[in-house]
Amino acid sequence: MKNLILLVTLLGAVSWTPALAQGRGGRAGGPPQPPATPRGAAPVDLTGYWVSVVTEDWRYRMVMPAWGDYQGVPLTPAARKIADSWDAAREAASGEPCKAYGAPALLRVPGRLHITWQDDETLKLETDAGQQTRLFHFGAWKSPGGSRTLQGDSLAEWEGGGRGSTDGSLKVTTSNLKGGFLRKNGVPYSDNVSLMEYYELVTQPDGAPLLVVTISTTDPEYLRVPFVISSQFKKEPGNAKWKPSPCSATW
Amino acid sequence: MQRHAALTLVMLALASVPARAEIDFSGSWVSINHEDALERGAGPNPADWAGLPFNESGRAKALGFNQSVISEPERICWFQTQWHIAAGPFSLRMWAVPDPVTGRVQAWVVGAWETRAPMTIWMDGRPRPGTHAPHDQTGFTTGVWNGNELVATTTHLKVGYMRRNGAASSDQATITTHFRRHGNLLTVTMFMDDPVYLTEPYILTRAYNLSTNPVSIGGPPCITGDEGVESGRVPHYLPGQNPYIGEMTKRYGIPVDALMGGAETMYPEYRDKLKDAFVTPPKCALNCGG
Repeated sequence: MKNLILLVTLLGAVSWTPALAQGRGGRAGGPPQPPATPRGAAPVDLTGYWVSVVTEDWRYRMVMPAWGDYQGVPLTPAARKIADSWDAAREAASGEPCKAYGAPALLRVPGRLHITWQDDETLKLETDAGQQTRLFHFGAWKSPGGSRTLQGDSLAEWEGGGRGSTDGSLKVTTSNLKGGFLRKNGVPYSDNVSLMEYYELVTQPDGAPLLVVTISTTDPEYLRVPFVISSQFKKEPGNAKWKPSPCSATW
Repeated sequence: MQRHAALTLVMLALASVPARAEIDFSGSWVSINHEDALERGAGPNPADWAGLPFNESGRAKALGFNQSVISEPERICWFQTQWHIAAGPFSLRMWAVPDPVTGRVQAWVVGAWETRAPMTIWMDGRPRPGTHAPHDQTGFTTGVWNGNELVATTTHLKVGYMRRNGAASSDQATITTHFRRHGNLLTVTMFMDDPVYLTEPYILTRAYNLSTNPVSIGGPPCITGDEGVESGRVPHYLPGQNPYIGEMTKRYGIPVDALMGGAETMYPEYRDKLKDAFVTPPKCALNCGG
């Protein structure tokens, strides 16, 4: 009987420990704790400096892809027509060098990310390549409206995690986007585009975290089906290699 | 009475323990081949190893590769390793194998294709075979849960391909596969860690959509026939004689150094080296998509 009571005590302790470890309060006795903020409730820590690991779609990302090469992108006939009429010289002179740096394509641009908490309910993602900023708003944030932008309006929520695991992910849905390019050679997306992303950490063989972002782009005008890709980033110890550079339409 | 009370206490305690996090991966997952579409489908261009963290041995072996080697009678039915999950174009069908007595999941299985054996992910804690146990293309895979993430580790592989243009993995390679499910979307992250041919792990991530249409598994049996390579001859290129070096440069303007791979070609800084050597290619005329 004594052994059984000991077992029960131990099992009880096991069942309570993760909640305490997550710092969410409210179950361990004492005064009630206020609800955790999105920052406090984060099941994984996405903050820090991250560098692209370009092992996929290399010739569409590391160099300028050939005009008319839209291999892998499920374009509609209307979109193919636009891609086929793209002209490098015209694009360079357009005065809009950031068309391939909008949210649907930004994480395909080789470069570095800097992720920080702007406040307890807003996660900020900046890039050195193209010097873009995205804001991921948690909770009941409402878009102020206004004109469409390259990075749009992003709503964020945590999924999973806890129990001592690192399987939690950040789900981000983005709308109010201005049309742009999925690739620098003029493969288009329209103003009707929307985006769903999952940001998650995967443990590399050496134990270091790898940020994997699965990106699903929906565009009823220029895509036959959602365009789904995934990009990965290794964590860096600091900003030593952070190298801001402007958008380029030709490189 | 005392026994009943104790049993009740145990059951209450067990009920309060969070269930071990496991998610159901069962079903047919259709591969979304939007990235690396050519490489996974028709096959990569010859002598294109950009973005692959080769060491000198890996590069030398790849340069000696002649595609006709797979027409050798000995290799016609040669399977790919489990790396083909990420390197190939095919969909996945997954199911759990329960222990017939306890009902606990004994293994997860990623069904086979014509050229890849099933990946059986043992979840029952069985020990890995010894270092000198036989290796094959299937390998030996064990799995653990990290919350709702399934992490599978594969060893005991034979030599295989990392990219179907001669980039090889050795029998010392370890493949780690991470399965993450988000509703009807599955993300698979694979690491190839090979001390023989790589300087650091090669990473690929792939996405799949859940489908109600069953993905076929297996395929017709492979039958060895005459594909023009007589028994005993091993097609190859001697050092310095690979005729495909430069082909990608002509077609896409990419410098040969970049196409020879190496870890530095995976990172953004490498673009600084490429910038002056890159030549803007003409309009795409082959394998352009659509």
